[in-house]
Amino acid sequence: MDPDPKKSKVLTSNLPNSNGSSHPHSPFPDEVLEKVLSLIDSHKDRNSVSLVCKDWYNAERWTRSNLFIGNCYSVSPEIVARRFTKIKSVTLKGKPRFSDFNMLPRDWGANVHSWMVTFAKAYPFLEELRLKRMRVSDQSMELLAKSFPHFRALSLSSCDGFTDDGLKAITTHCGNLTELDIQDSVTADIGGGWLSCFPENFSSLEILNFSSLSSEVSFEALERLVSRCRSLRVLKVNDIITLDQLQRLLVHAPLLTELGTGSFLQELTPRQYEDIESAFGNCKNLRVLSGLWDATSFYIPVLYGACSGLTFLNMSDTVLQSGELAKLLAHCPNLRRLWVTDSVGDKGLEAVGSSCPLLEELRVFPADPYDLDHRHGVTELGFLAVSRGCRKLRYVLYFCRRMTNAAVVTIVQNCPDFTHFRLCIMNPRQPDYLTNEPMDEAFGAVAKTCTKLQRLSVSGLLTDTTFEYIGKYAKNLETLSVAFAGSSDRGMQCVLEGCPKLRKLEIRDCPFGNAALLSGLKKYEMMRSLWMSACNLTMKGCRLLAREMPRLNVEVIKDEGSDEIQADKVYVYRSVAGPRQDAPPIVLTL
Amino acid sequence: MEGMMMAHETDLNLKATELRLGLPGTDECEEMLSAAKNNKRASPETVEECGSKGGSAAKSSHDEHETAAPAPKAQIVGWPPVRSYRKKNLQTKKTESESGIYVKVSMDGAPYLRKIDLKVYNGYPELLKALETMFKLTIGEYSEREGYKGSEYAPAYEDKDGDLMLVGDVPWDMFMSSCKRLRIMKGSEARGLGGAQ
Repeated sequence: MDPDPKKSKVLTSNLPNSNGSSHPHSPFPDEVLEKVLSLIDSHKDRNSVSLVCKDWYNAERWTRSNLFIGNCYSVSPEIVARRFTKIKSVTLKGKPRFSDFNMLPRDWGANVHSWMVTFAKAYPFLEELRLKRMRVSDQSMELLAKSFPHFRALSLSSCDGFTDDGLKAITTHCGNLTELDIQDSVTADIGGGWLSCFPENFSSLEILNFSSLSSEVSFEALERLVSRCRSLRVLKVNDIITLDQLQRLLVHAPLLTELGTGSFLQELTPRQYEDIESAFGNCKNLRVLSGLWDATSFYIPVLYGACSGLTFLNMSDTVLQSGELAKLLAHCPNLRRLWVTDSVGDKGLEAVGSSCPLLEELRVFPADPYDLDHRHGVTELGFLAVSRGCRKLRYVLYFCRRMTNAAVVTIVQNCPDFTHFRLCIMNPRQPDYLTNEPMDEAFGAVAKTCTKLQRLSVSGLLTDTTFEYIGKYAKNLETLSVAFAGSSDRGMQCVLEGCPKLRKLEIRDCPFGNAALLSGLKKYEMMRSLWMSACNLTMKGCRLLAREMPRLNVEVIKDEGSDEIQADKVYVYRSVAGPRQDAPPIVLTL
Repeated sequence: MEGMMMAHETDLNLKATELRLGLPGTDECEEMLSAAKNNKRASPETVEECGSKGGSAAKSSHDEHETAAPAPKAQIVGWPPVRSYRKKNLQTKKTESESGIYVKVSMDGAPYLRKIDLKVYNGYPELLKALETMFKLTIGEYSEREGYKGSEYAPAYEDKDGDLMLVGDVPWDMFMSSCKRLRIMKGSEARGLGGAQ
């Protein structure tokens, strides 16, 4: 929409020009454009804005304050620092997701240090850093602690490489820290000295999560910290903290909105039991509850008083039985997200179906992933029961040992709004246990019925038909995970040709070969990444891909004992930074 | 590849003569392998223990020769896709506490004692049923007021303090953690335990 050109000329000539440049034919003065653009938060929208024209590109880059980089190797720190000058918050993701399951060598890369060095120079006003699957050394943490006087929030998800020393640097020097959130840490045993390094007058903390660290922190230091941080709203401790210690913490912080308890198994005197019960009863603001290690039916009832406002209950660290879950759920009428282990059984899931009408997300983890004893765990019946009672379900992660096509068809008819459907039948290539047929129709139904589907993980015995369905129907699919599935190259080709929004494709142990790989030549530049391991790829095919597509990085890791021809693990991703320089010897860049 | 195949042939033969305690028919490997036939080369990571049936391809050199309980299906790297910290949490808790709570069970008049694993039972009804089967007797109905009525047997246990207690008075979890040994009492002694004094 073009405003009156005469009017804009007047505006342009009257306004002082802070940038020293103003395109005379631009419909908006720079300042107006920048003001408008500074209101746009979504990085996807901003990326679109930057493509409109040079003026918009510049206005956008001068006003972007939140940086999101989904693959740390897709761009270099130097390129980023040149383009954006006013960054206050950075989100950076590193290793491919399969590193969570020990499929990558330890020193694969994704070290944050080079980024830290650049940020220290380019973004002195940095306030927030959120890292996922990155290696963070103590050295990097020390640099972070000393370089950013306004630093407020550090979030580390599935990161490793740091020790107590690195955390000490953070807690000692970041005087304005509001958030220290360490999730799913892969770090080996680290000490607990860092918690005691918060200065005695430090009181700004709002979020503290060290639940995945093994640190033996000083309880006295923790108690003092909690009592003086009056704005603390998220507290997730590790299992070193006992129940009666938790009670004392809760007394200091009854206004918590998110709580991760410590160990829930302790012989309490009746008085202590009452105290913890009443402490929970005073937590009127609790929305999220997790931890609960070793919780048993005797102790779970102490929670009841805090459950009425709960929206997210994470019981995945405790082995709960169906009856215990049912009783607990009766106290949680507002639950929207629930994580449990499969020890609750189908019976427990029936209770979910009947007690949680508002449920949107369910994750069922295997209590014993290697359990041969098929008596335990959940089956298609539990999933069905949930789908009947929880019609608003949109996110499911379900580990089971048997499933049927018919059940899945019914489930998605009950809940057509799935955006995330991750089904893991734990025995590779297991067919429908009733009909002995492949599970093609199940996932076909998911693709057809769930039009909003963004993320899909498939499992069980699957032929190419599954992938034909996915390619044909899953028009909103962005992330697809495939294991032990497919019959031929055609399967993968269908997906590559069919899913227009595909961004991440991760494949393991499938009979897809070079032809399949090469059929996606054009596609990979529009995706974040492709992972293929234990498939039928050869070095030749990978080299061809690398040659044809110079803007893709093609990295191969060979397994021990593998011959010269096989390309055992292949990782392909788009990058404007060229091949990475920090790959360890085991990673071949083609 | 050839070398691996040879090793497999030999392995399979050994397995055929192995003494195992597994029930017949616990091998689903056959079905899985035939389903896997259209998959590619045997991945060195795919380790599937199979029974004594003849020559299939997808085995690895990581076979463990278990002569005790049925050979556990050895693990495929990264499968199921569960994060290591999560496994660590549940597994270590499990092995610490899941080695079973074995307690001796004595019955008045019986020449030798038995041992049972309390972890196997989900509650009192199951435990009592198991005791009844093991000792071929009936235990009777539990009531808080009168203990076990309807038979001459009453189940009792020794708790952490060494006291003899009637089974069934405390919540199951508490019982499991405090029970040191079980004793099935008979006759007049049994009647003395239950009921108001």
